[in-house]
Amino acid sequence: MDIEDLLKLAEEDKALADKDTAHLTINLNKVVSKNLVPGLHIDTRELKDGVEVKVRLDDGVVIEKKVHMCFGVTREKALQRIRMDVDIGKNAGISVLSHCIFPKATKVKHIMDAKIKVGENSFYSYEEKHIHSMEGGIEVYPKAVVELNKKARFKTIFELIKGRVGKLDINYSITGLEESVMEMMSKVSGRKDDVIRIKEGGNLIGEKARGVLTSRVAVRDNAKAEVYNIMRATAPYARGHVDCKEIIQDNGVATAIPVVEVKHPKAHVTHEAAIGSVDSKQLQTLMSRGLDEEEAVELIISGLLS
Amino acid sequence: MSILEVKNLSLSLNGKRILDDLSIDFWEGHVHAVVGPNGAGKSTLAYTIMGLEGYRSIEGDIFFDGVSIKNLGVAERAKHGITLGWQEPARFEGLTVKQFIMASAKEKKVETVRDVLSKVGLKPEDYIGRAVDKTLSGGERKKIELASILAMQPRFVMLDEPDSGIDVASLEKIFEGIKMLKSYDATVVLITHSLAVMKQAEHAFLLCGGKLVEKGDIGKIEPYFEEECLPCEHKNVPDKGGVDGY
Repeated sequence: MDIEDLLKLAEEDKALADKDTAHLTINLNKVVSKNLVPGLHIDTRELKDGVEVKVRLDDGVVIEKKVHMCFGVTREKALQRIRMDVDIGKNAGISVLSHCIFPKATKVKHIMDAKIKVGENSFYSYEEKHIHSMEGGIEVYPKAVVELNKKARFKTIFELIKGRVGKLDINYSITGLEESVMEMMSKVSGRKDDVIRIKEGGNLIGEKARGVLTSRVAVRDNAKAEVYNIMRATAPYARGHVDCKEIIQDNGVATAIPVVEVKHPKAHVTHEAAIGSVDSKQLQTLMSRGLDEEEAVELIISGLLS
Repeated sequence: MSILEVKNLSLSLNGKRILDDLSIDFWEGHVHAVVGPNGAGKSTLAYTIMGLEGYRSIEGDIFFDGVSIKNLGVAERAKHGITLGWQEPARFEGLTVKQFIMASAKEKKVETVRDVLSKVGLKPEDYIGRAVDKTLSGGERKKIELASILAMQPRFVMLDEPDSGIDVASLEKIFEGIKMLKSYDATVVLITHSLAVMKQAEHAFLLCGGKLVEKGDIGKIEPYFEEECLPCEHKNVPDKGGVDGY
């Protein structure tokens, strides 16, 4: 299997052939291909065990088409370390669709360490889709520290779309200034002995800053999940919400630790967390339409994680 | 000829008798109404026929096409063509209307989804990609529930309070849906408090305190219904046992 196969697997091949679509493709520690559009700068430096990536978007530049990034490992055993430094200028905007593909992994460790700055009145959307092997022999450590300037918007979605989780340890921390908006969503389904740990922190330090942390997790067999969401609001009219839903089946174990901290009388943060089996009414509704219990559970979980 | 026969059916929940030696024949291809005051056992009867969890420890028996279904689970009963439209339909985060209806549909085609949505008065292009979640109103959810039942093409349908949460204009669409089900030769059972809904039926069964008090054509049941079950000793003593776990 080579990088071309990875791109086809992620259905990225067509997007990468489009000259008007910016992209960056990395296989282990090699930059395989790169395409830029006006106003977008991506500098890369190959490291022994990964790649350093600096992304800069000029002031006033809004890129219409999604920027495609692909971080892949075609080997069975490897360590891939991606150091990402993202700087979005003022009044600018970019949406990134990132595929992380490890289809043959039996012992692969993927570490993403990102620092992201989003300029005043700008937006940065980062959609991260993972494709893993069915072996479960992968460890993924996405870590990001995000700073949002005034009126900046940041949205990130983490999703495993194929394969087994293995070990996943998400650690995101976002700080938002005045009127900034942060949205973080993680959607993961664990099986067998997968281990999922999600730590998301939102700091609403600017007046009228807003944030939502959302987690949707399903664990089956002997999988374990721990979701630790913390939302702090320290400025007037800051609004935050933490929403965690975890479905457990078989011997799965799920933990949710939502923490809300408000240090200003005019700030407001809410949270909701639900952990348990599949909702009985949902289950019986689908079964009353002729679905077997297993099919009904699968459909409910796929909806939750969609 | 009866398609489904409830014979000497009794069910107790939390030590309280909810259905009490109930025997009813539902005739094939007909529209029936099951009426009665709160706590009469109407919804419990529907849940028991469907075989829902918590409603399986019955005395007596239920026959479908002359064969006992007492020991069948919900999905098995549904595979025989029995289904239930819920008074308050479930909401499913992330599941689209298309996925929900397709899961029920006998013919798993997008055209089927479009067709049944149109039949219940919902524009397919506006709804097909929407999630069956809290963003839908109660009325919209109710119509989508009916659409999924139409797509399933069941043989025996129980609709629990089909008018609940529905505005007057939308109610006509629900009534049209009931007629459509009948035109497919489905047997329909309307569980209702509403005279307007009962009038969609050909026959009615009046329950009170888990017992069958009266049965017959609509004209026969209407006076009892209008007088809130006057001849019944259970009047104004609704069950408060919390049987409606849904």
